[in-house]
Amino acid sequence: MWLAELPSFIPFFLGALIALLARGHLRSFLMLAIVALSGIHLYLLPGDVNVTLPFLGYELIPYRVDALSVVFGYVFHIAAFISILFSLHVRDTVQHVSGLLYAGSAVGAIFAGDLITLFVFWELLAVTSAFLVWAQRTERAYLAGLRYLIIQVLSGVILLAGVIIHVQKTGSIAFSIIGIDDLAGWLILLAFGIKAAFPFLHTWLTETYPEATPTGTVFLSAFTTKTAIYTLARGFPGTELLIYVGVTMACFPIFYAVIQNDLRKVLSYSLINQLGFMVCGIGIGTTLALDGAVAHAFVHIIYKSLLFMSMGAVLYMTGKIKATDIGGLYKTMPKTAILCIIGAASISAFPLFSGFIAKSMILSAAIKEGHTWIWFALLLASAGVLKHAGIQIPYFAFFAHDSGIRTSEPPKNMLLAMTIAAFLCLAIGIYPKVLYQLLPYASIYNPYDVTHVLAQTQLLFFAMLAFVWLNLQGVYPPEIRAINIDAEWIYRRLMPRLLQNIFTWVWQQDKSFRSAFITRLNVFFDYLAQLHYPIGRAFSIRPTGNMVMWVAVLLAVYMWLLLSFVD
Amino acid sequence: MTAHFPILQVIIPLFAAPLCLFLRIPRLVGVFAIFVSAAAFLISYGLLQEVITHGTISYKLGGWPAPWGIEYRIDTLNSFLLLLVSGVSTVVLLASLSSISRELPQNRHTYFYTAYLLCLTGLLGILATADAFNVFVFLEISSLSSYTIIAIGTDRRALAASYQYLIMGTIGATFILIGVGLMYMMTGTLNMYDLAERLPAVYKSKTVLSAFGFFIVGVCLKLALFPLHLWLPNAYAYAPSITTAFLAATSTKVAVYVLIRYIFSVFGIEFVDMSLPLGDIFLILGLVGIFVASISATFQLNIKRLFAYSSVAQIGYIILGLAIETQLGITATLLHLFNHALMKAALFLAIGAVFYRIGSAQLNHYAGLGKKMPLTMAAIVAGGLSLIGVPLTVGFVSKWYLVVALLDKGWWPVAVLVLLSSLIAVIYVWRVVEWVYFTPPRIITEEVKEAPLSQLIPIWMLVLANIYFGVDTRLTVGVSKLAAQSLFGVNL
Repeated sequence: MWLAELPSFIPFFLGALIALLARGHLRSFLMLAIVALSGIHLYLLPGDVNVTLPFLGYELIPYRVDALSVVFGYVFHIAAFISILFSLHVRDTVQHVSGLLYAGSAVGAIFAGDLITLFVFWELLAVTSAFLVWAQRTERAYLAGLRYLIIQVLSGVILLAGVIIHVQKTGSIAFSIIGIDDLAGWLILLAFGIKAAFPFLHTWLTETYPEATPTGTVFLSAFTTKTAIYTLARGFPGTELLIYVGVTMACFPIFYAVIQNDLRKVLSYSLINQLGFMVCGIGIGTTLALDGAVAHAFVHIIYKSLLFMSMGAVLYMTGKIKATDIGGLYKTMPKTAILCIIGAASISAFPLFSGFIAKSMILSAAIKEGHTWIWFALLLASAGVLKHAGIQIPYFAFFAHDSGIRTSEPPKNMLLAMTIAAFLCLAIGIYPKVLYQLLPYASIYNPYDVTHVLAQTQLLFFAMLAFVWLNLQGVYPPEIRAINIDAEWIYRRLMPRLLQNIFTWVWQQDKSFRSAFITRLNVFFDYLAQLHYPIGRAFSIRPTGNMVMWVAVLLAVYMWLLLSFVD
Repeated sequence: MTAHFPILQVIIPLFAAPLCLFLRIPRLVGVFAIFVSAAAFLISYGLLQEVITHGTISYKLGGWPAPWGIEYRIDTLNSFLLLLVSGVSTVVLLASLSSISRELPQNRHTYFYTAYLLCLTGLLGILATADAFNVFVFLEISSLSSYTIIAIGTDRRALAASYQYLIMGTIGATFILIGVGLMYMMTGTLNMYDLAERLPAVYKSKTVLSAFGFFIVGVCLKLALFPLHLWLPNAYAYAPSITTAFLAATSTKVAVYVLIRYIFSVFGIEFVDMSLPLGDIFLILGLVGIFVASISATFQLNIKRLFAYSSVAQIGYIILGLAIETQLGITATLLHLFNHALMKAALFLAIGAVFYRIGSAQLNHYAGLGKKMPLTMAAIVAGGLSLIGVPLTVGFVSKWYLVVALLDKGWWPVAVLVLLSSLIAVIYVWRVVEWVYFTPPRIITEEVKEAPLSQLIPIWMLVLANIYFGVDTRLTVGVSKLAAQSLFGVNL
């Protein structure tokens, strides 16, 4: 059947074309319908699909559906549908078109069966998403978007370099397990790592996501990083390095999230923390761990977009997103508040919510393989998640001090999109089988045994207890600057201060080094400019005389080379 | 009839050129030139098919057998380039009807077409002939007529540029003639394949070695290899747009062909290896040329000069493929010859269309044109992307093969440099994009409109060719590989 071989990204690109041409309700309907149809089409596929196409003497595989890619395909369709629904009220064609193109590129990337196709979609992903940031139309967003684009394109260039070396070495462009045995593997891992926000490579994420439009961030949070997770799962499963990278990613954002005031920035850090769990799962590399990483990516996309949507709704209705500026919104936005709490409960992995069933898989896999310390660090990170994403977000936005802002519930399409996401969070949490049977390596796992539920619940309740107690002491909310001799003080005051001093020193060194380098560079550029601008030296020398001289020099050199070595 | 294709290819434009003078009515002459060029294109297509199915064609002029008479010999390599030159020439001529009416005085139109057809004759002749002296004759025909079509415009700076080109071109041609003469002295023959048989006996003689030296320098002048490129930017920048599009796409390519032909089919690769570290010299000159010319391009204020410098850089890539001295390297060179012709023809035609509307090629006059001439600007962007080597364009295909050839040879630092140099191309293309799309309009007035259809159609034909051959590479890669094989097959 020809329909089965229709690559999934084509409906998305068609949708983008429709979004460009149609207007009003017709456009809304068509965009949603085409994504829904594409999802159904994917669901109805009878089995694995491999479409091949000859190119430059290689076999391109622009569309490969197998157990691993199809799970991501499903969740990308869900995320695209929710994000489009959430942004329907926006009257900005640029956002609709680039959103669909972006989602389509992500779908294209995960179904890419060879490295060249992957590279093409990898770059498309970068370019299309930048427009979602620029659509905010502020100077800050423009600059952030530009830096974002540069980093993303750089990732693409590194990928291309890696791919060329890899192809040269193996003679095959197929995208399967790559490994880090040679330079090609390292380059490709670096390219994937940039998109997956590995530590030190993550700054584009925390800088850009808070700058995008309220609806654009929902798109962004779903696709770029999860595409990278997919490629890591495909190319580097069981690479031990990734365990440590993952644990670092899971732990360090906790400390940074605490000191952020912009709630979308808090969510961005927590996004990295969640990616850490997945990268760790891929690094462990057993079937249970890989399934756990995939399951975690699946549920994570949904609850993360739910959280970004609720914060987007707040930003859209009030125009503010700083923790110090908002608060007490539950009075006027009760539905949003409840939906946000469901998302928060999911990310904190409460039993019966979707985060629980995925995260415990990775934790179990870690302990099964004997990585006790890793398990412990991940457990710590889970507690951290509860603190910064599970409590900080809903508490500061909807409760805490009353900011006096009186607004209303967001538009219906926003509420509906959030409701669908919240429903999915609960449904997957209560009936995990639905998700488990999709998993690529078919591991058998039961999250709801006594130890898991008890351990997780204990952890969560103690963390909450700590928060409530600190809150009653009046030390928690960031707007109160009183100094208390308290455990809190260590990480709210001492640590930041210590860190600040260290950072200032590093920054100063960095700054002087950089300015010295930039001065050098500028001198060099000035020199080039002097040489080459139409009034410059390279120009003003009379070309004829100059060239005849060169002719003579070259002739002399050739003759010398030719005639003096005759024997 | 088909048996005479090799000579008809050359003879038709040669006889058509003086006929133009009799027709006199400028528009009629233009249409006539299009038909002549199209006929040459059809013939070259027929020749390519013939060569692919039946192998090399040898045609004896006047029925005289080879070493005494002049022989025309068509193989995969030159039939591929014949197709390119006649094809580009036809498409460019389509745009010429409206374009030259703006850039040339009415009374010079007929002369323009006459000289243009002569130039075409020369280029096709160089490609078709198998006679070393005949190459020189056609080289002079094409050069003299190209000095004319460069200087024929109203821009007075073109006169100086053309004069410079004349001086340099004449030195180059003289050197080639000296080379041919010295070889004739030693072997008593002018037929290339006869030469190839007789030269090995006198490989060690100083006369042959000097012949080779003079020849290399002369050809490198013609193909504008760094540092002998200085005539090129001015000539391209101040010539009429049609001339620039035609010459940029074809003339340096034909010079590269002459270089390849002489190295492989006349001197023979083992002679070259024995006498000169030519690979290393070309590697260095190619790389330095790429970087210096690319950097120069980023500082240009005139968009034609900008892309002229970029042409010099692209010649660097072409020579780099030659420096690799493997079959893969030659394949990359031939691919880039073809692909670069497509890019530059599209770009310079689009620039000509802008000149037709605003009468300027200064970059700062392009401000705000993105809204006024969307289709033309889209063509410039597409051509620029191809120049950078973005996937799905021809630029990607040739860069890919070049990098693969470099890695195959084990020269991965050079491959890295090649990829880095693409970044400089990003810079100069982006400068154009910035002026076109992101700068508010300054001097353009309300009445500036999209280019006329007579120019848009040829421009977009070339742009689509850029994309088509970037996706479907069966023809280009297939023929390049065949040609590379036969070059090595003959001599190994």
